[in-house]
Amino acid sequence: MKRLSALLAALFAAAGLHAVEVQVAVAANFTAPMQQIVTEFEKDTGHVVKLSFGATGKFYAQIANGAPFEVFLAADDTTPAKLEREGLAVAGSRFTYAVGTLVLWSSKPNFIDAKAEVLKSGQFNKLSIANPKTAPYGAAAVETLKKLNLLEAVQAKFVQGENISQTLQFVSTGNADLGFVALSQVFQDGRITSGSAWIVPADMHEPIFQDALILKRGENKPAASALHAYLKSDKVRAIIRRFGYGSR
Amino acid sequence: MLTETDLQAIWLTVRLAALTTFILFFIGTPIAWWLARTRSWWKGPCGAVVALPLVLPPSVLGFYLLLAMGPNGPVGQLTQSLGLGTLPFTFWGLVVASVFYSLPFMVQPLQNAFEAIGERPLEVAATLRASPFDTFFSVVLPLAKPGFFTAGILSFAHTVGEFGVVLMIGGNIPGVTRVASVQIYDHVEAMEYADAHRLSAVMLAFSFAVLLTMYLRRNQPRKEA
Repeated sequence: MKRLSALLAALFAAAGLHAVEVQVAVAANFTAPMQQIVTEFEKDTGHVVKLSFGATGKFYAQIANGAPFEVFLAADDTTPAKLEREGLAVAGSRFTYAVGTLVLWSSKPNFIDAKAEVLKSGQFNKLSIANPKTAPYGAAAVETLKKLNLLEAVQAKFVQGENISQTLQFVSTGNADLGFVALSQVFQDGRITSGSAWIVPADMHEPIFQDALILKRGENKPAASALHAYLKSDKVRAIIRRFGYGSR
Repeated sequence: MLTETDLQAIWLTVRLAALTTFILFFIGTPIAWWLARTRSWWKGPCGAVVALPLVLPPSVLGFYLLLAMGPNGPVGQLTQSLGLGTLPFTFWGLVVASVFYSLPFMVQPLQNAFEAIGERPLEVAATLRASPFDTFFSVVLPLAKPGFFTAGILSFAHTVGEFGVVLMIGGNIPGVTRVASVQIYDHVEAMEYADAHRLSAVMLAFSFAVLLTMYLRRNQPRKEA
């Protein structure tokens, strides 16, 4: 009986959260830089950060329905604006933390040439893109293909990832020959980490402004405001640039 | 009302579930029969393998299937050498995945039905010089009919309810791999809550109707054969 109650106590205790933690929802494309930023942040401030990565649209639904996130780093600027309008975020805390860069990527070396002629040739099995209805990188990919007059030709080869991480995973496992992903996913310290790529010129699509803000749950929480301020620091901006993002 | 893409997703789901169930009758029946009759040591391990999809997270199944059926996986190598290409992102890829995913829902009710028949009818058939083949079709099948009914319904309904595996290997292609559950997820992500509600209500009504049919039938007093 004693053991059972000890076990029950342990089970219930584990569900509780420590007050010093800040819970952050992060767009999947920002996974790698955010992990690095948070390591630095925890070292500098002593606060503890809990990160959740996923699709921006899904996070919106969860936040609107009471998810305990305190800071939100979205993949676009419309979702944070909507949250602010609906009173789910702290007014005036919204700012653009990164400008996304789209890249056409293949896990195979030399598969993609400097002008992305491979798209015109049609010599590939599948083209992986993020769901254009919900993911800004997917929408930018469709816009780019439209501008290249290739949308109709390649549409039949689309496979859609649920978010940008899955879009990359379809390509990195070799199931799709190429895909439009975020540069930050395949880029570090000024170069593409593996495979071959075509960095899509910025004038091919509307800019991908990625906004962050403090949510209602994070109002007056010191750890949340500290992280919010930290994201604007020069140190963080340098990390963000190293992953291939632009700044506004 | 439901949009055209919703109807497309529903039709795709029905087609997937029906084909999966059809194939499972042929794969599941011999497995269930063997499991019901064998005294081999292998009964335990085989039964456990069949039951695995009941407890495995769909993400595990989806992950392994994606790697196995991909261009570098063993199944992918085989399908490519047969000139079939690779299975992920195709309708038939979903069928193969669903067959694995719903296997226990076919095998377990059938196994129970076969075990419930017992030795006696089979011995009687044998004394009447019925071949094992004849015995199976004239004695076992009629006696196990309720088992087949339950197994078919459960396999169909479970395939309709599939989500995680499809998300992992489907690639969300309209009319090919975007089944109803994925379409609902899409609606929610796109903040189209009214559409999500409508399609969800259809799924809820369908699932309830299926289970109700099954339970009503199960509670009927047995008719004399």
